[in-house]
Amino acid sequence: MTTVSMTVNGKQVSADIAPNTLLVQFIRENLRLTGTHVGCDTSQCGACTVHVDGDSVKACTMLAVQAEGADVTTIEGLAQNGELHPMQAAFKENHGLQCGFCTPGMIMSAVDLVKRNPNPSEETIRTELEGNICRCTGYHNIVKSVKAAAENMGG
Amino acid sequence: MSVENGIGASVRRKEDQRFITGNGHYLDDMNKVGQAYGYFLRSPHAFAKIKSIDLSAAKAAPGVVDIFTGADMVADGIGGLICGWGITSKDGSPHNAPPHNSMAVDAVRHVGDQVAFVIAESLEQAKNASELIEVDYDVQTPVTNIAKALAPGAPQIHEEAPGNLCYDWELGDKAAVDAAFANAAHVSKIDLVNNRLSPNPMEPRAALGEYDMGSGDLTLYTTSQNPHVARLIMSAFLGIAPENKLRVVAPDVGGGFGSKIFVYAEETTTIWAARKINRPVKWTADRSEAFLTDAHGRDHVTHAELAMDNDGKILAFRVSTQANMGAYLSTFASAVPTYLYGTLLSGQYKIPSIYVEVQAGFTNTTPVDAYRGAGRPEATYVVERMMETAARDLGMDPTEFRLKNFIQPDAYPYETPVIMTYDSGDYPLAMNMAKDMIDYSGFAARKAQSEANGKIRGIGTAAYIEACGIAPSAAVGSLGAGVGLWESAEVRFNPTGSVTVFTGSHSHGQGHETTFAQIIADKLGVPIESVEVVHGDTSKVPFGMGTYGSRSLAVGGSAIVKAVDKIVEKSKKIAAHLMEASVEDIEHDHGVFSVAGTDKQMTMGEIAFAAYVPHNYPADLEPGMAENAFYDPLNFTFPAGTHIAEVEIDPSTGIVDIVDWAAVDDFGNVINPMIVEGQVHGGVAQGVGQALLEGVIYDEESGQLLTGSYMDYCMPRADDLPNFRVATTNTPCPSNPLGVKGCGEAGAIAAPAALMNAIVNALGKDINMPATPEKVWRAINNN
Repeated sequence: MTTVSMTVNGKQVSADIAPNTLLVQFIRENLRLTGTHVGCDTSQCGACTVHVDGDSVKACTMLAVQAEGADVTTIEGLAQNGELHPMQAAFKENHGLQCGFCTPGMIMSAVDLVKRNPNPSEETIRTELEGNICRCTGYHNIVKSVKAAAENMGG
Repeated sequence: MSVENGIGASVRRKEDQRFITGNGHYLDDMNKVGQAYGYFLRSPHAFAKIKSIDLSAAKAAPGVVDIFTGADMVADGIGGLICGWGITSKDGSPHNAPPHNSMAVDAVRHVGDQVAFVIAESLEQAKNASELIEVDYDVQTPVTNIAKALAPGAPQIHEEAPGNLCYDWELGDKAAVDAAFANAAHVSKIDLVNNRLSPNPMEPRAALGEYDMGSGDLTLYTTSQNPHVARLIMSAFLGIAPENKLRVVAPDVGGGFGSKIFVYAEETTTIWAARKINRPVKWTADRSEAFLTDAHGRDHVTHAELAMDNDGKILAFRVSTQANMGAYLSTFASAVPTYLYGTLLSGQYKIPSIYVEVQAGFTNTTPVDAYRGAGRPEATYVVERMMETAARDLGMDPTEFRLKNFIQPDAYPYETPVIMTYDSGDYPLAMNMAKDMIDYSGFAARKAQSEANGKIRGIGTAAYIEACGIAPSAAVGSLGAGVGLWESAEVRFNPTGSVTVFTGSHSHGQGHETTFAQIIADKLGVPIESVEVVHGDTSKVPFGMGTYGSRSLAVGGSAIVKAVDKIVEKSKKIAAHLMEASVEDIEHDHGVFSVAGTDKQMTMGEIAFAAYVPHNYPADLEPGMAENAFYDPLNFTFPAGTHIAEVEIDPSTGIVDIVDWAAVDDFGNVINPMIVEGQVHGGVAQGVGQALLEGVIYDEESGQLLTGSYMDYCMPRADDLPNFRVATTNTPCPSNPLGVKGCGEAGAIAAPAALMNAIVNALGKDINMPATPEKVWRAINNN
């Protein structure tokens, strides 16, 4: 066992874990923040995407100990003071989700995408979301959501 | 009077708030105190006899609670998994359904078949212990390809199914078809492979079983599209527990597409094991297990022939199909290549006679069952590839050929030669709209432009029809179904005027919490935020049949309407009493009850409150405001439409770029257009996946699954797909009170045929799905 400490959604957390614990396991099982999902075994689907020090990361590709001292944001930490993040609001407004399972990862990736591309073209959005698989929406309304959010975020 | 958030409004979804904030409750998000973790040891071989299983070292491993095998379940009197639809072969014999134990007893028949269930304090300990189990296998030669499995001399997979045959089924008038072909001026032929798919809902299957020793109650939390059906089968056929002692809960379910309809080995074993060890047991599939064990879809090989007269009028259609059932017969597998397929082979066309024969057989592969569309995408693929081929053979424009042969809008009800009665539609309208949307007449100019740029352009059409709103119980019963396919609902007012709607349908992405609430808001004038839709728990909702076959609104929604009608009837009595009028004089409009010819009126909320505070009721007026209804549909519904795809192919890479997509669908009346469009987008995306990217592949020699992860099985990504242009026509369905037809599967049904027709049009030659860049490049280069 080893001790790991980090900030998750603004809160300092610390736990004794097996050294091979993945960040996504730490988030889901130790912290019981179950909005971050696991949809594959090969880091393809992106359902587990979170932000580590402001960058989107697939939490299944990283050990929890690699996030020692980091500032981690999960989907649960995105809304501030009860107000949805513009990306969350845009997904709802534009029907950017159906079953909702890929949605947290999709939103976390999209927030990072817009941070890096404040005014993304449709092509950029589609290319950037290549690492997040959605089986329900055909991506049409996801792309629309991200575009709308980028506009609302002042891009 | 129109109602806010009522029928026809694109209301933003009520369920989204929890999903976008990470507060959904999917199965793996749940944990129970004292829970142990289950892990399945699976067969590494496609086909092997089991000589012995030695658990001793594994049982002594750290953290192991217990380990079970198939023999333990048999010894406990647990029955095998069943198929609920009996198909009769040409010779009158029933289909062959060999035993299907949850865990292997004497043989394994596909890679991934369950061998042992290891339960430990942690998942890691269970996995580690599974590696210490010693299984002595006598490895057999497998067969994975359906044509080879049905050929003489193939390895025999089940003793009970000689020649690996499940059934040899037919439908239609063979003599009439043969006679029409003998006199036909033109005959067109086509050979098709409908590629095997893995459904891949993003949430893997999972189960959490819990046993209460005091009450003897078992609770199974599971990823199900139809929890009552799961409970019924587990109780009546497997003997897990009496129905009244078994509760099945399907909380938020992350997509299904058919794959979560079925009663699987893992869920069954998990709930059984929870009682054995008297502790909660949790099992969650990883994606590899999903590829190995979630029922696959499609996998047909088909030859089809179309007979036509001198004017290009269709005379007869003849289809012969081999369907791969996999290693065992899954829950509804037998119905998919028969009554969900052969019955749709008339498409949108007036075809005087049709004959179809289907041989279904077993192979050493994952079982195949219903996947989004289930039989109807396969039928549409055959019909629409056939139509385009025939038009090409005749030198006609494919859309003109179709328009010439369409069933006309004044021909309903129209009885096809394959036992369906189409109830409504306007096929020429949808086709002409789609042609306008995509500027069909401008295609030649666009093609020339592409050619000038060194690209190859193609356009392709699919005019699909499907039968959904599954299904009239009497009809499916006469065709071999073991169940009725009605749906249940309860509309329960609370004293303060809010409403809880209980439905036997199950939402796993379709947005029922919103759509069903819109029905209540519209009919009873209740604000949509005061309507709660409850589904997916056998201890809460009346027995229901669940969600598949685009049935939730047409059947489940109709049950809600029927319950609403009872609410209105009762409310009229209460209103009449309270307003001192006769019941006949009470008029109802969207939740307002008034006395005809006066200004006296009461709202639904006031009446509901009075129903629970019956201080001055006459003796014959029953208190309370809750009504139950069961609705059995009178007919299938028949959504239909035209999708046109336009592609541009780069001959140097073989990459197919979808440059435009026009979809015009007739779903009858639409409750929430936003949700309906989303269903079309998603369906088309899955169809595009089938046509361009996806395909389950087994190594034929070893029977190993070669496409067992997202690194090998190509799922559609955002950059593989275009924006879709979507429109609807709306001829109301005459057989249900909402006039709705169902929209969940249409896209997946129409898309593969439209896209492949576009690619074939571009290439000028046939090509099988998936049209990967390599395959397309080879076709272009004759390589």
